[in-house]
Amino acid sequence: MTTRTAVALAAAALIMIGIGSTFEKPLTSTVQWGYRGTGMVHVVKETARQKMALANAVPAPQDKADKTGKKASEVYQNVQVLKDLDEGEFNRLMAAITEWVAPDQGCGYCHGESGNFAEDKLYTKVVARRMLQMTQFVNANYTQHVQATGVTCYTCHRGNNVPQNIWYRDPGPDNSPLSRATGRDKPAASVGYASLPYDPFTPYLEQANPIRVLATQALPSADANNASIQRTEWTYGLMMHMSTSLGVNCTYCHNTRAFSNWEQSSPQRVSAWHGIRMVQQLNEKYLVPLQSVYPPNRLGIAGDAPKLNCATCHQGAFKPLYGVSMVKDYPELAVSAEQVAPR
Amino acid sequence: MAMLSFEKKYRVRGGTLVGGDLFDFWFGPFYVGFFGVTTIFFSVLGTAMILWGASQGPTWNLWQISIAPPDLKYGLAMAPLLEGGLWQLITVCALGAFVSWALREVEICRKLGMGYHVPFAFSVAIFAYFSLVVVRPVLLGAWGHGFPYGIMSHLDWVSNVGYQYLHFHYNPAHMIAVTFFFTTTLALALHGALVLSATNPAKGEEVKTPEHENSFFRDTIGYSIGTLGIHRLGLFLALSAGFWSAVCIVISGPFWSRGWPEWWNWWLDLPIWR
Repeated sequence: MTTRTAVALAAAALIMIGIGSTFEKPLTSTVQWGYRGTGMVHVVKETARQKMALANAVPAPQDKADKTGKKASEVYQNVQVLKDLDEGEFNRLMAAITEWVAPDQGCGYCHGESGNFAEDKLYTKVVARRMLQMTQFVNANYTQHVQATGVTCYTCHRGNNVPQNIWYRDPGPDNSPLSRATGRDKPAASVGYASLPYDPFTPYLEQANPIRVLATQALPSADANNASIQRTEWTYGLMMHMSTSLGVNCTYCHNTRAFSNWEQSSPQRVSAWHGIRMVQQLNEKYLVPLQSVYPPNRLGIAGDAPKLNCATCHQGAFKPLYGVSMVKDYPELAVSAEQVAPR
Repeated sequence: MAMLSFEKKYRVRGGTLVGGDLFDFWFGPFYVGFFGVTTIFFSVLGTAMILWGASQGPTWNLWQISIAPPDLKYGLAMAPLLEGGLWQLITVCALGAFVSWALREVEICRKLGMGYHVPFAFSVAIFAYFSLVVVRPVLLGAWGHGFPYGIMSHLDWVSNVGYQYLHFHYNPAHMIAVTFFFTTTLALALHGALVLSATNPAKGEEVKTPEHENSFFRDTIGYSIGTLGIHRLGLFLALSAGFWSAVCIVISGPFWSRGWPEWWNWWLDLPIWR
C-alpha cells in the first residue's frame, strides 16, 4: 500500500466514523396506533424511552390531612380561592404546592419572610393565586382535553419556580422593516429544527388565527382556501411543535393520506383540537393579563408575559406524566369557582 | 414454434447453475432452466394467494385491494393467515420469484458469455425491496413494519412512514436518492434527445455519427462522456438511486427515531462554532 492510499483510506474511515456518529444505535420500541400496514406507528429509542419514564416519575402524594372542621377562610385572612376548603386540607395543599413549585425556597417564595402570610406583597403570590384558578378552570371545564386525569401545579412546574417549557414572543434576530426574513433560516427547537418560522405560537396560541391551510379544491378559485405561504408555514411550525412536545409523529393524530379528513384521523386529534382551544383561552384569560404583575426579569424581550404551549404540560410525553392522575389526590383542584364557558 | 433466423445462435447449451441439463431447454422462445421453473412456481403461488386474500377482503376494487402485514404485536413470529400471515407467505413468494428471475438472468449471461450487468442491476432492485420488507422489519423487531401489498395502500404507507419522521425530505439518504433519480431522468433525457436528433436528420442530410454527437456535447457543455460511457453512467445513476432509497428507509427508525430535521443538528453542534 502506498502512503497516498493509506492516507486516503484513513481519511475515508474518519469520514465514515464521523457520519456514523450522527446516527443512533438500532435498539427501539415501537407502538402501533393505526390499522396494520397503514404505517401509523411510532418508533422510539429504548434509551430515550427509559429516560422519559424516569423524568416523568410522579412524586408521592402528601399524607392525608387531619380535618379540623373549619373552613380555611374562617381560620386565615385574605383567602380568595380556596375559601371553602377545610383548614387541614388547605395546609396539605399548600405543602404540596411548595414541594411542586418552590421546594428550595419554601413558603417564603410566595408569602415572604415577614411572617404575615395574608399579605399580597410578592408578585409570586398574586401569580400563584391566578394559577390556582387556572388549574381549577382547566380541570372543571376542559375535560374534553384533560379527561379525568386532570392537571396540577406539578404537571407544568415539576419542582421549578417557573415551568421549563414556556414561550415569549420572538421577534427574531432581525425584525427591521427592511428584513425579508420570515424566520425560516434560524433553526429552532420550537418547530423541530425544520426550516419553518420559529414563532408559530403568537398567531395560533395567543391570537386565534384559523389553522386550516389545506385546500379543498385542486385549482385556485374564489371559494378555495387562499391561505398564504406564511400562514401555511406557521401551521406546519405549530404541528412540528405539537409533535415534538408530545414525543409523537404526525400519524398520532392524522392519517397523512388525508390530513384534514376527520373520519380518517385518530381520536387523539379531537383531544388535540380541544387542547389548542384550551391553550388559546388560558393564554388569553390567565397568562397574558398577568403581564403587569411580573417584574421585568420575568418578561420576554418584547416585554410580554410568559405563556404556555403544548410542551408546558406535555414535556415530551403523549400524555403529561404518561397519564398518571395527580388531581385525584387533590380533588379541591378540580372544582372551579369561576364560571367560564370553554370554547 | 417457429424460430427467428438469428435466434438459433443464441440457443447455447450449458451455463446452468443448478440442475445440469435437466431444465436446459426452451419453451417456445423462452429459456426455461431450473430458475424458470421456480420463478413460475413462486409467482403463480404468490399471485394466487393475493387473489385469495382479496376474496377474503372487503373489496374487489383493483385500486383498493390490500394485503396488509401483521400487527406489530406478532413481532417476528408467524401471524394467523388472515391477520398478516398471508402477507408473510406472499413476501416469501415474491422474494423467491425475484431471486429466481435474477439467477435465470445469470444463467442466460453465462450461456451468452456476457457480463453480469443485467442480473446485477436487477439485484439492486431486489435489494431495495428486501430492505423494505425484511431488513428494516427485522431491525425494528416486527414484520408489521413491512409495507402492505395494494396499489393505494402501499402509497398511504409510504406517506405515513415519511411523516413518522416529521419531514422526510430532511433524510440525508433520501436527498441523495432523490438526486440520483432526477439525475437518471436528466441523463436519459439528454441521451434520448441526442440519439433521436442524430438518427433523424433534416431532409437530405445524412444520419449523424457518434463523432458528431461528441462534438455537440463538447460544444455545449465542454465534455462528452461518449457512446459507451453514457450507458455506464446511466447504470451507475439508476442503481445508485435504488441503493440510496434502500438506505434512506433502513436508517429511518433503526438508526434515527426522531424527526429528520433534527438530525442536521450535528452541523449546528460542530465544535467550531457551537
